[in-house]
Amino acid sequence: MSENKTTTAVTDKAAPAEGRPLLEVKGLTKHFPIYGGFPFKRQVGAVQAVDGVTLDVFPGESLGLVGESGCGKSTTGRMLTRLLEPTGGTITYDGRDITHAGRKELAPIRSEIQMIFQDPYASLNPRQTVGKIISGPMEINGINPPGGREARVRELLETVGLNPEHYNRFPHEFSGGQRQRIGVARALALEPKLIIADEPVSALDVSIQAQVVNLLQELQRERGIAFVFIAHDLSIVRHFSQRVAVMYLGKVVEIADRDTLYEGPRHPYTHALLSAVPETDIDAQKRERIRLVGDVPSPIMPPSGCRFRTRCWKAQDKCATEEPPLVQISGNKPGHLTACHFPEDPTTAAADRKEDVVMDPALQALEKDVKHA
Amino acid sequence: MTTLTKPEGAPVPTSSDPFLSVRDLNVRFSTEGGIVKAVNGLSFELERGKTLGIVGESGSGKSVTNLSILGLHAPETTTVEGEIWVDGQDVTDLSRKELEGLRGNKIAMIFQDALTALSPYYTVGRQIAEPYRKHTGASKSEARARAIEMLGKVGIPDPKNRVDDYPHQFSGGMRQRAMIAMSLVCNPSLLIADEPTTALDVTVQAQILDLLKDLQQEFGSAIILITHDLGVVANTADDILVMYAGRAVERGTTREVLKSPQHPYTWGLLSSMPGLTGDVDEPLRPIPGSPPSLLNPPSGCPFHPRCEFVDLVGGDRCSGERPALPAGRGSACHLTAEQKRQVFIEKIQPRLG
Amino acid sequence: MLQFLIRRTFGAVLILILISAITYFMFFAIPQDPATLACGKNCTPDALAIVRRNLGTDQPVYLQYWHYVVGIVMGRVQGGSHCPAPCLGISFANGQNVWDTILDRFPLTLSLMIGGAAVFLVVGLGAGMLAAYKKGTLVDKVFSGGSLVLSSFQIYFLGPLVMLALVFSTGWLDKPSYTPFTENPVQWFTGLLIPWAVMATIFTAQYTRMSRSSMIEQLQEEHVRAARAKGMSAKYVFFRYAWRGSLIPIITILGIDIGALFGGGIVTEVTFDLAGVGRLARDSVIQKDLPTTLGVMLFSSAFILLCNIVVDACYALIDPRVRLS
Repeated sequence: MSENKTTTAVTDKAAPAEGRPLLEVKGLTKHFPIYGGFPFKRQVGAVQAVDGVTLDVFPGESLGLVGESGCGKSTTGRMLTRLLEPTGGTITYDGRDITHAGRKELAPIRSEIQMIFQDPYASLNPRQTVGKIISGPMEINGINPPGGREARVRELLETVGLNPEHYNRFPHEFSGGQRQRIGVARALALEPKLIIADEPVSALDVSIQAQVVNLLQELQRERGIAFVFIAHDLSIVRHFSQRVAVMYLGKVVEIADRDTLYEGPRHPYTHALLSAVPETDIDAQKRERIRLVGDVPSPIMPPSGCRFRTRCWKAQDKCATEEPPLVQISGNKPGHLTACHFPEDPTTAAADRKEDVVMDPALQALEKDVKHA
Repeated sequence: MTTLTKPEGAPVPTSSDPFLSVRDLNVRFSTEGGIVKAVNGLSFELERGKTLGIVGESGSGKSVTNLSILGLHAPETTTVEGEIWVDGQDVTDLSRKELEGLRGNKIAMIFQDALTALSPYYTVGRQIAEPYRKHTGASKSEARARAIEMLGKVGIPDPKNRVDDYPHQFSGGMRQRAMIAMSLVCNPSLLIADEPTTALDVTVQAQILDLLKDLQQEFGSAIILITHDLGVVANTADDILVMYAGRAVERGTTREVLKSPQHPYTWGLLSSMPGLTGDVDEPLRPIPGSPPSLLNPPSGCPFHPRCEFVDLVGGDRCSGERPALPAGRGSACHLTAEQKRQVFIEKIQPRLG
Repeated sequence: MLQFLIRRTFGAVLILILISAITYFMFFAIPQDPATLACGKNCTPDALAIVRRNLGTDQPVYLQYWHYVVGIVMGRVQGGSHCPAPCLGISFANGQNVWDTILDRFPLTLSLMIGGAAVFLVVGLGAGMLAAYKKGTLVDKVFSGGSLVLSSFQIYFLGPLVMLALVFSTGWLDKPSYTPFTENPVQWFTGLLIPWAVMATIFTAQYTRMSRSSMIEQLQEEHVRAARAKGMSAKYVFFRYAWRGSLIPIITILGIDIGALFGGGIVTEVTFDLAGVGRLARDSVIQKDLPTTLGVMLFSSAFILLCNIVVDACYALIDPRVRLS
């Protein structure tokens, strides 16, 4: 199974950071089978949730993974922590292949890779005290810190900004933001080297989001923990991540360091995403206006060739027949990889584009009326 | 006229009055835990064809306000006091039947999650046609034709066939479009959109927000856009009302509220949101603490337990005395106008980058 | 839909084969020779052998079972006479064709079930809906409380009590009896009124509570509120939007209860001295009449399975999201 590599050619690795990557992911694939048919049920297709994702995470860095629903970012995160078994590709952690590692082989690594979940209400057992929740990972891994587990838990509670006296309380006694802090403390309990954070703030109120983002950022900087920060909010990802990968329908379409990705993106989808972000600064330099058509297609029957082509304004015949590889296209800096046959100019300013891109037929029709009137 | 039955002191609206006027609205629910003071002394106005953005976090009372405009609160547990004037009628005075004639007709609503707000049991076309038949008396075939027309208008491809689809056969963005079609089917003069894009992806959100703006031009409806996202109102609303703990704390035009905000809560909201530009090494400035429980809201200014400028006011004023929100541009805060200006320029603006 | 029916029928047949096999072999595990019973008191070994041959019990068990299954499909010759398909055998006890006996008894049982179900569905769902509509009021409290009291009764307790009150003391109604519907619908109705009411009482309470809670849940759905926001009247929304959704959990329970209803039929038939399939089952077990026991077992299983297929098809009628495949 592990030989089942996908064809994504990676000629140039994103390698801005020094040294060996902590986590190397090559051609990672997850297909969820669909059963049906008559008279006997059999596999009739697959949800191609993740299809050939290749990326590296370096020690101490934060890699952002952005994309819309159905792009496979959460599935990728779950495979990285091996909560899901990959269908294909390889995951190498610290030089060891953990793609299909069994329970025993994973045991020493489990403590080094931790996960923070989106929903602070669902990811904490309501029948356990906070102390039990946070000390759970230590218990399972048989770790006895000097001074005892309880002391360690109190210390962790303090680290994440909670009152250590709340050791014996239950999750329902905390607010959403505080619960997410408990989740963070649990992830920290084993002193991990890598944290996969799956939409860690999207369930929280705006004023609370910033508290948790700051906490995570502080931890990342002070403790040198590497992060894979999965989110749909481009502003928060920008704030948190040194490098950012954009996913669309199970594939990475563009990956670059933060500044390059946000200021000089090449993939049309990255342009569309950035253009769609509602900004509060009404006087900021005007961004190009790109309005796509419809929703993301189904990952059961993804478009042939480039998966974005059905919503892309630059699509040509080549896009349907030939899948663009994720490579350093001409004009890109090293480490800036784009999977596109007809990339955009590296600018997002409205002034640099002659006309708005409006693909949506309803908007087209309404805006034509307005212009004529 | 229903106005004759109003208690003394209620001014009879004239034609120059705004299309929607909410005056001193108070909404209370009784729950097992006690009485939730969901909305307190809320007043605002909205003119025809304009958009008002109501911004607040969960529990700020923003959604409740709008349910009470439509009279959709549960009558046995909720009390609504105050006046809600829509086009010269106080809707709090209307009979159940009169209210039903208003809903979906003159006032329509767009819900947050179209998946739960559309019935799974009926076709999209039927659900769009239903209010049209009820309010205009159109025949079944006329209503169906209207539903197809509306679906086309909101950008559903092949509306003639999709009209017979069930909501689950639509994608998320299409469902929200169908909901917009449903709300606009009777040309409402007021459209209440409660977090209309929160459940959607960014690129779809941009499409839907533009669609609402463009449709507003065509239909001339006034829109109340309720959201937690200042970015959403920045590009859509003419005016902004910021709510906190069931009270309006700041009001002004979109430019005023976003470019020279006056209330510490608005400052907090703005500086806790990262943008697509600006310094990334600067930590965010979150508002400390969490939103209060509406069972037992703080005394005085409801924001004072989380406010970093209480000391500037001095004494116990913030915890003892509730600041009033002046009519028109203004904020409900004890800081003097000069202090607000100064704090914003010196402390807040640099954070915003 | 057709695929669904074919697949489910196929599954049902498998289940029936399993049930028949288990019952058949369990019966032979009992150390009791049916031939001895059939032969009577003055039985000679020769006579016993003849009886055995007639009954087929001289053959190995698996062969007997095989003949039995073949008989259901194609009919067979048993005890010297032809037993046409579907042949469920000849009764050990009275030599009657079991299939004919069941067909003879079934209309009564079916009448009991349908009538009882109709009563508890109409009364239960109606009361539940009314309680939900008037949630928190006196009506709600009376209905909810009443249903709790009623649910604690039992058929064998309530049955005689009602008989005593309505038949023996006052004479308002006749003793329950069965007249085929085709013969005299009025008598059919009046004769079964008491059993229906008594049987339904126990179920009504459960359905009242379920309908109430399911309805209240539905009324809080966002789409119900959205329908109100469109200006649809409270009544319209109640019946068109909320009610439909509230039926789904009720149908689920109804599917499960069909078995219980059949079981309730036995108690009801015994309580009111009515000769239906339930009574037949009870009597055949007492008489160790294997063919009849087995026949009733298979017949009622098939019936319950059929009802369940119908119930599942109902989901698709109510909820367009359910696709039958």
